[in-house]
Order: sequence, then C-alpha cells, then structure tokens
Amino acid sequence: MNSSVITFPGSNCDRDMDVALKKFGFKNNMVWHNDVELPKSDLVVLPGGFSYGDYLRCGSMASKSKIMQSVINFANSGGLLMGICNGFQILTETELLPGVLLRNKKAEFICKNVFVKINNNENNYFKNIKKKTLELHIAHNEGNYFCSNEQMNEIETNNQIALFYCDENGETNESSNPNGASKNIAGIFNKKKNILGMMPHPERMIDKSLSGDDGSIFFNNLLNNFK
Amino acid sequence: MKVKVIVTLKKSVLDPQGTVIKQALNGMGYNNVKDVRQGKFFEINIDEKDQKSAEEKTEEMCKKLLTNLVIEDYKIIETQ
Repeated sequence: MNSSVITFPGSNCDRDMDVALKKFGFKNNMVWHNDVELPKSDLVVLPGGFSYGDYLRCGSMASKSKIMQSVINFANSGGLLMGICNGFQILTETELLPGVLLRNKKAEFICKNVFVKINNNENNYFKNIKKKTLELHIAHNEGNYFCSNEQMNEIETNNQIALFYCDENGETNESSNPNGASKNIAGIFNKKKNILGMMPHPERMIDKSLSGDDGSIFFNNLLNNFK
Repeated sequence: MKVKVIVTLKKSVLDPQGTVIKQALNGMGYNNVKDVRQGKFFEINIDEKDQKSAEEKTEEMCKKLLTNLVIEDYKIIETQ
C-alpha cells in the first residue's frame, strides 16, 4: 500500500509518521508542501507540528499550500486522508472537516498520554479494532474542538464522531476531557468517513519499550483494512 | 489604499487568552475589569485607487484566509 506524508514548513511529526507507516508495511513517500502533484497514494497523511509557526490560526496557512489542491481532489475522489494534531487543524481550515480547534480551555500546552474511546468502527480506520479504548499521546495548545450547533447536529446525525477522550475504563466525562473539547471529541470524520482528523498521535505509540503499543494496533488494522 | 480590519471571536466562543489577561489585570489591581476579549488587527496596504473595490477585495481576503467564520467575525473599520 502506498502512502504519502506531506511536510509543511514547521511540521515536526512527519518523520515519526514516516517511520510508523514503514514499520507496518506501507510504502511511504514524503511530499513537500510546494509540490503540485501527489504520488500515487492509497493514504495521505497531514502530520503534526507547527506548520507556518501556527501564524494567523493553526493550520490556516498550510491549508492554502500548493499541494493542498491535489490533497483535496484526492479526498473528494474517496481517498483516505488522515490529519493528526496540526494535520487535523489543517483539515478544518480547508473545510474538509467541520468545526475548528480552539485554544485549550485552561490556556496551557498539554503533553501527556490520554485514553480515547472509539465511537465508530464502520470505516477503514477503526474497522476490526477489538479494543474499545486506546491509550495515545497528545501534545497540543489548540485541541479544544468546537463547532456551531448546526454543525454538531449534522456531525451527530451522520455518526461523524470518531473518538472521544475518556478515562481508562472508557468513561467519557469532564475529568477525562483534557482540553475542553465539545462533548470530549478527540477526532471526527467527514460524512463519507474517508477523511479522519484526530488530535492524538498514534505514531508516538508504536514501541512498547519507548511509549506504548496502542498506536501499533491502529496502524496494523489500517494496513489490514486495505488488503 | 490602506484598509484596517479587526477580527474578533464570536460571543459564543470561549476566549481562554482573554480570560487569562483579565485575571492578570485583576491581579495588578484593576479589580473593576470584568471581562476581556482578545482579537486581531490587520492593516492591509492594497494597490487599489477605488475605496469600494479595495473593501470588496479585503472582504474576500477575510472570508478566504484572515478569519475563520465558524468562530470569528471581521469588520472593516477604516479605509484611506
């Protein structure tokens, strides 16, 4: 399976994502933001980091990069497009995903492991994952998911919530919400479920001895769902 | 022409930075400060002779890049 990771000026999780994808069997290409065409890809990833120094709004400048028109066309034709952290912010700024990521409620940068509950398994990203909760890592200043009431109605009606922040037992409540996100939302899909944006970093949880292994479950499953 | 634009968060959107600034001001002794909302200011120098078309172009830029209309409002406050 072929994947592409887009590198923007200020991306800093692009290499981690490259390592993760290759570890689980993807043939990955790194693509520079100023390129115009995507290599042949089954999956495109917008990685975490601080594209364009988070100037103006997180992800806003990257959403206007040259490569993004090809990325948008790829997603609109049904290709799998995943945005992690800053990549999620870029996806909302391109309006491929509804809503926006606001400054964390307590106005502080958060860097820690969290648990997330999978809300929707009927898609290529989470289909066949047996575990109900995953332990993943978050590191962000703007992860507080927000959208208008109309957008929230639409998101819920179309079952677009991918992940909720939860505690170890899968309970979703205020104390398991790290950043103030509406309804504990950690990740969402577009209507067709081919585009996923999420704040947690699965690529940081692919080695038992370094961090944890729940990211491995995610990538293994993703690859298997292509077969 | 020079177009001045302010961008503010919509009233319904939480502004943690504004809240922290308010707390700092209270801590400095400005106890009568009840609320602070932080926004952005843009001064755009655009090569247009006509005020109307300068403002139209600026509005377009606001919608396409300068603001995220889910959470922000913009207002052109001066054109000269």
